[in-house]
Amino acid sequence: MHLAVVDCEPTACYLLGAFSRPTRTIASVHRHYRLIQRCIPGLLLLAVVALGACAGPFPQTTLHPKSDLGFAIDHLFTGIFGWAVGVFVVVEGLLVYALFRFRAKPGAAAPHPTHGHTALEIAWTLAPVLILVMVAVPTIRTIFATQAPAPAGSLKIEVIGHQWWWEYRYPDQGVVTANELHLPVGRTIALDLTSNDVIHSFWIPAIAAKRDVVPGHVNHIVFKADTVGEYMGQCAEFCGDSHANMRLRAFVETDSAFNAWVANQKQPPVEPQPNTLQATGKNAFAHGACIACHTIQGVSAGMIGPNLTHLASRTTIAGATYPDDSLDLALWVNHAPQRKPGSVMMDMNLQPANLQAIVAYLMSLK
Amino acid sequence: MTEPTGLKSWITTVDHKRIGKLYFWTAFCFFLVGGIEALLIRSQLAQPNGHIVDARTYNELFTMHGTTMIFLALMPLSVAFFNFIVPLQIGARDVAFPRLNAFSYWVFLLGGIFMNVSWFVGPLFHAGRLSVAPNGGWFGYANLTERQYSIGPNIDFWLLGLQILGVSSLAGGFNFVITILNLRAPGMKMMRLPVFTWMTLVTSFLLITAFPVITVALAFLMFDRFFGTNFYQLSAGGDPVLWQHLFWIFGHPEVYILILPAMGVVSEVLPTFSRKPLFGYTVVVYSGILIAFMGWGVWSHHMFSVGLGPIADAVFSSTTMLIAIPTGVKIFNWIATLWGGQIRFDTPLLFAVGFIAMFIIGGLSGVTHASPPADLQQTDTYYVVAHIHYVLFGGTVLGLFAGMYYWWPKMTGRLLSETLGKIHFWGMLIGMNIAFFPMHFIGLLGMPRRVYTYSPELGVSTMNLVSTIGAFLIAVSMLVFIWNVIRTRIKGKIAGDNPWQGATLEWATSSPPAVYNFAQIPTVHSRLPLWNEPESVAQRAPSGHIHVPDGSWWPLVSAAGLPLLATSLISGQLWLAFVAAAVLLVGIFKWGFEPFEV
Repeated sequence: MHLAVVDCEPTACYLLGAFSRPTRTIASVHRHYRLIQRCIPGLLLLAVVALGACAGPFPQTTLHPKSDLGFAIDHLFTGIFGWAVGVFVVVEGLLVYALFRFRAKPGAAAPHPTHGHTALEIAWTLAPVLILVMVAVPTIRTIFATQAPAPAGSLKIEVIGHQWWWEYRYPDQGVVTANELHLPVGRTIALDLTSNDVIHSFWIPAIAAKRDVVPGHVNHIVFKADTVGEYMGQCAEFCGDSHANMRLRAFVETDSAFNAWVANQKQPPVEPQPNTLQATGKNAFAHGACIACHTIQGVSAGMIGPNLTHLASRTTIAGATYPDDSLDLALWVNHAPQRKPGSVMMDMNLQPANLQAIVAYLMSLK
Repeated sequence: MTEPTGLKSWITTVDHKRIGKLYFWTAFCFFLVGGIEALLIRSQLAQPNGHIVDARTYNELFTMHGTTMIFLALMPLSVAFFNFIVPLQIGARDVAFPRLNAFSYWVFLLGGIFMNVSWFVGPLFHAGRLSVAPNGGWFGYANLTERQYSIGPNIDFWLLGLQILGVSSLAGGFNFVITILNLRAPGMKMMRLPVFTWMTLVTSFLLITAFPVITVALAFLMFDRFFGTNFYQLSAGGDPVLWQHLFWIFGHPEVYILILPAMGVVSEVLPTFSRKPLFGYTVVVYSGILIAFMGWGVWSHHMFSVGLGPIADAVFSSTTMLIAIPTGVKIFNWIATLWGGQIRFDTPLLFAVGFIAMFIIGGLSGVTHASPPADLQQTDTYYVVAHIHYVLFGGTVLGLFAGMYYWWPKMTGRLLSETLGKIHFWGMLIGMNIAFFPMHFIGLLGMPRRVYTYSPELGVSTMNLVSTIGAFLIAVSMLVFIWNVIRTRIKGKIAGDNPWQGATLEWATSSPPAVYNFAQIPTVHSRLPLWNEPESVAQRAPSGHIHVPDGSWWPLVSAAGLPLLATSLISGQLWLAFVAAAVLLVGIFKWGFEPFEV
């Protein structure tokens, strides 16, 4: 990503140079036109650069859909965008043409005081009507297509929003996990979304689009991911202090990989060998404050925070905000409020030995 | 008949022109405050994982940026022009209720101060930080804004502040409806009204119909927060989605409250600077009325992701697309006004044309999220941030600046510098495009709005930096404007009565107008009196005594009761409620029985 930033620096310089230099010398109408002409390449370049040169991997883009739902939306958006560009070119073109063509000339006679033209008014009322029909018909078709009930045999997953993390329950598989969603490729997924506290919005641009997660309501997203891969998403509805840290990931996997993942999640947690650091950690966990909020199957039954039974099988922690490694986990356990402002989890203030043991235990929970 | 001067004369003034100026300068200061908030927001987002401000402060900043710009800057800047210009355009000596007008202003000022005091009073609430500014977004979605999830006084400052401001808007709305319907000069038929006055009338109707809805929504929230009711509380059968419906039933007409006055300004400026009457006057007026009516039937397009079901989505999508039609018609009529004209590129015209050019972009991106499936990707992302800034900055702000440059000579007697004006215009136009255009991409590439931080992984860091540079360019252009204002006050060119050869009645008055506006109320025979019948509206010497209402303290006293009442609730001091009620009632009583003439 740093590379991309370096690549684009000349753009910023160009923008500053090209745009600020002429503004100092404006004095007459004619120079305005020159300025406009000079700006056009700059703006075009900006657009090209924004799309092209900086085009790193955009892991959260809406523009490269990888599901039937994403594709339907993208197809619709592309069509509307095409109409919008057409209208933009025509209307802005007329505006700019009028400004060039009808600028005041010294000594010219007063213009004809036209008050209106009925045929023209009708024409430019009907033109947008026709375009909007071209937009509305596919829109309404897509609304009904994308909001159809899930077919039988879909994989059902319950998504529960919490300030600020996601809980996932696979009722038919008996799996409960957090923040990282595992999905089989090519199978219809039926998400049932609800919230445990305030309103959130579940958004995985490439595969699931977006749907609000409202307490007391159950919303649905039905889609079929078509490409194996890792996709990023995050909460899109402002939900309090750490709204920005309520992220998520989705792993679209082959059937066998997904089944293996399910099988592992259904296992009881890894039992540490006696007299190891992990065993000390388990003991500290089981007798510490952790159990008030977290579940580790067979060890604790807290319901406030994420289920940690297979914590180490995940790649991220804390609302998919930090990598799931020993260092970040240790920082999280002892500094949660700094790492995620407003966090319900307090600064656990563990002694180094204790902290090390608990982190070692948690990191063993594959 | 000289105008009194001095502080007291301004505090007690009931003159619509002075109240207009008070509105202008107060709103302009809030505009700068909102702008500084925007610069802090953009500084934080200039880089991924930024650390200029913390999460709490950031959430306060974007909440207050939106709230300030909408309720304390753009609306009252429009109202400043309603005040100064509308009575002049209709040939009146003042508004229908001059003291109610003063009351509106003082309520606005005190409501704005009440809300912004929250930046500094954290210690009084043992908050552990200086600021307890509102932090629930300008849209204040329940149930996040319920006491359970927002314990401190932050949301209380927001909801009580908005309740106070609502009183101001309602009083102002009634005043202008009655003024425009009743105080028109002889011959000033409705279809001869200048379009700016028409849009003021339409906006005023929207104010008096939309504000009661948010008043109800806020009253429910206030009862939930202070008195334990459960309007939006799930636990007792309430529903947070109710808030969204109420808020957006207000919120969408509010969008037109923000844009219609600027459309009115543009409809005045274009004819003057192309030396042609407005093309399709009737159509432009009816389009404005139609937009206002249709604005009531589209609120759920703010809620396409809420899960209202396919039928509701389809209906609200269709109504929303319909609204694009009268809007498009207006744009075509504006272009047709320029067509065949003799266009003078003075600063007001540049801003008016900038309005059209930018509003087209905002309108078109609006159509893309009028389509619910497409909106499912766009809503709550920077794409929508780009859209609203093309509409409210490219539209309303540029439109209001067109009005400032256009009417400045009328308001002050001096012309703003054209050279500085043009530098201001180009700086602002280019700055806003650098700031807001990349946001379309930032949003489509996956950055949600209202996030205090983002990961470099998203790949949008450079575009965010570019956007921040644009924001600072806008700030520089604002400094140019402020310099222009100061310079003009000292040595600006004397304007004369009608420097732009305008056609409407305000240009028949002196610059600045005498306290009584018109020595003799003119009789109007056409839509463009100064072009078609300059003799019949030319100003003559006053014939005898002209009655002008005296100043009054009571609007200010009454207005002071409202923030006191809010303070009693927020501080839990019951005695203060009685004091506040006494102030309010004494103010209204004395006002009611104040002699008409002294």
